[in-house]
Amino acid sequence: MTDKTKDILFRPVFADNPIALQILGICSALAVTGQMSVSLVMCIALTTVTAFSNLFISIVRNQIPSSIRIIVQMTIIASLVIVVDQLLKAYAYEISKQLSVFVGLIITNCIVMGRAEAFAMKNPPLPSFLDGVGNGLGYSVILMTLAFVRELFGSGSLFGMQVLPLATEGGWYIPNGMLLLPPSAFFLIGGFIWVLRTFKKEQVEAVEYPMAPNTVGGHAAGEAA
Amino acid sequence: MEHYLTLLVRAIFIENMALAFFLGMCTLLAISKKIEAAIGLGIAVVVVLAITVPANNVIYTYLLADGALAWTGIEALASVDLSFLGLLSYIGVIAAIVQILEMVLDRYVPKLYNTLGVFLPLITVNCAILGASLFMVERSYDLAESTVYGLGAGLGWALAIVVMAGIREKLKYSDMPEGLRGLGGAFMIVGLMSLGFMSFGGIDI
Repeated sequence: MTDKTKDILFRPVFADNPIALQILGICSALAVTGQMSVSLVMCIALTTVTAFSNLFISIVRNQIPSSIRIIVQMTIIASLVIVVDQLLKAYAYEISKQLSVFVGLIITNCIVMGRAEAFAMKNPPLPSFLDGVGNGLGYSVILMTLAFVRELFGSGSLFGMQVLPLATEGGWYIPNGMLLLPPSAFFLIGGFIWVLRTFKKEQVEAVEYPMAPNTVGGHAAGEAA
Repeated sequence: MEHYLTLLVRAIFIENMALAFFLGMCTLLAISKKIEAAIGLGIAVVVVLAITVPANNVIYTYLLADGALAWTGIEALASVDLSFLGLLSYIGVIAAIVQILEMVLDRYVPKLYNTLGVFLPLITVNCAILGASLFMVERSYDLAESTVYGLGAGLGWALAIVVMAGIREKLKYSDMPEGLRGLGGAFMIVGLMSLGFMSFGGIDI
């Protein structure tokens, strides 16, 4: 594996993560992370779709007229999602019921479209495929981390196996029910971005209205200004 | 009548597209910095949803569902189940309708077109639009129900983005921790709004 291939594959995982940095594909990140098994299936589905859509779009990239490229990309992506959806219904019916519409929504997941547009349209098939896998992995890392926290502290289990014995069943752990509620995912991602930006100062957004420094005399900052 | 009213209120508040199902989040976070932009996008989403959901309903009922082709009268087609083509058809219909809407507005209502213009192409890749069509199929609404549902889902999403933009405009003047400024803070706000909207869940109508 050359350095360049490695870079294409692993850069999106940490250095240029699609969810945390490029703010792509957040919708599903929030809705399916209540249980680890469900999010694992979602990660596999998304990585597969991103990788193969990148591959196919890259193969035909020179034949696509640029005025209708969005429709062509959509069609390729939608066909791939249909295949994944049918496979899930055939082999993992229970989980596909829990994912409900979110498998279909991979079509409009910005990661897939974004990578097709930004990378696959300009690069040869093999690097595009790897870029798809890399971005899929970057998405998976965040999704699995969220699901890990939410399932472990929300219901005391991992992949459905009881890790922390619940107080209701004679154990000692009182589950934090809020983590099972969907909004908790927002707080977790918000906190995650906070931590990330504390370490990577260059990502902090510029302020539009700088605060006047708080004077020692006890006056409020506004008055001092 | 009461049934449709219930459906509308459910779609706007209890099953809010943005705050209960987290659809259209990318757009919601990206375009909610200014109230005017948020209102423009909100209106565009309402219009597109109110047209695409019923349109997809017609396509599903008369072309794709199991045995839907029976109306053609051809024996061989009566037992065909094309529902696996659903995703492909819905996204095609959405893309086409957005395109047509753009051209019609440009021709007949240039003023509205200039306001909505930049937002219309964004809508094709807004997951709230496709999501509403998928929910419509999953819950097997009929034509009238899906029109009401599309309208309600759109209004709910528009409400969420406008409220969010209002909060973020105020928040610009506050002193937030460095790392939370901008995006991080936006996530926290949506989280709190979503918690607030969950309290509608207890309403039984």
